Amino acid sequence: MSSKQTDPSTSGAPPANRVVVIVPAFNEAGAIAGVVRDIQNHCDSAIVVIDDGSQDATAERARATGAVVLQHPCNLGIGGAVQTGYIYALRNGYDYVVRQDGDGQHDPSYISEMLGRVAAGEVDILVGSRFLAREGYQSTIVRRVGIVVLSLVSALIGTHTTDPTSGYWVLNRRALEALAPSHPDDYPETEALVIAAAAGCTTGEIPVAMRERRTGRSSIGALYSGFYMIKVILALLIVHVRPHHR
Amino acid sequence: MFHYYENYLLEAVGLSMGLLLMAFVIGTMRRSSLNARYAVLWLGAGTVLLSLSVYRPLLDYIATAIGIKYPPSLLFLVAFVFLLFIVLHYSLVLSSHRDSIRRLAQSVALLEEELRSRHKEPND
Repeated sequence: MSSKQTDPSTSGAPPANRVVVIVPAFNEAGAIAGVVRDIQNHCDSAIVVIDDGSQDATAERARATGAVVLQHPCNLGIGGAVQTGYIYALRNGYDYVVRQDGDGQHDPSYISEMLGRVAAGEVDILVGSRFLAREGYQSTIVRRVGIVVLSLVSALIGTHTTDPTSGYWVLNRRALEALAPSHPDDYPETEALVIAAAAGCTTGEIPVAMRERRTGRSSIGALYSGFYMIKVILALLIVHVRPHHR
Repeated sequence: MFHYYENYLLEAVGLSMGLLLMAFVIGTMRRSSLNARYAVLWLGAGTVLLSLSVYRPLLDYIATAIGIKYPPSLLFLVAFVFLLFIVLHYSLVLSSHRDSIRRLAQSVALLEEELRSRHKEPND
């Protein structure tokens, strides 16, 4: 299970007011309120929903829960939404960011344990992986093949991950400062890990169980996943020949 | 051998295409619907195409020099290469616009939230 060594409730998680939970959401009107309430039940920190130009009532539903809502005037893609959350966190002086997806795939009961580990200085970025412990929703076969390929590529490049597409992240200020200025675009997780590693951040993984999305459809279509794979692999290789940003 | 110099049809096509292009570019510039920076690109393409079409010895000279047996096809090669560069240039422009749009959208989102929180405070 997830809590071998530490009891999640007393795992040394940082004070709630130093943490912000960011929730990127695109057309998740059906799920977003439940997702936010679920997070509220597991932590007292501020919750920021980034509505990435949704055409439905995502922003209104999120606002009704009391969450702060940052509303993009047009759709930027998940990378842009996450980056908006990072910029918000930096400007408002938060030291830790928790990222949860807006579709309810992420179970917020792991948040405090993950925060505890990052606050203890174990790593700068901690990623919740659904493949470390084989439980919960494991995604479709086609996608898992893609995920394995991505793992191999990122291993070749020097970042070990078992679930490189997971968006279940906890990061500290150091990682925030590395990623906020230039965050990769769509399907950014693998690339972001490589960028952060290049900036000297340490990364780690922790097993989490993921759920199947509540409503709505994934933003990754079947045909597009192929394109996505090639795009991400290319981006990963480019990161290493790019003139170094800072 | 073929009678290259008796076939002026392709030159005529090249000439009229070049003239049309120039006329269109200058027309759109007059109505200021085409930014001058892109007009330079298109006028450059038009000028090269036109001068190759009109001044036959130049076309023949270059074609022979690079081993093209039928000189008028050099016109198409030049046009194709120009288009390739123009399209590539647009990809670059699109990428930088995408980046600008992202920054703008993020600023708008953050500013709107700041405004909202300031409006709320006096009532709290």
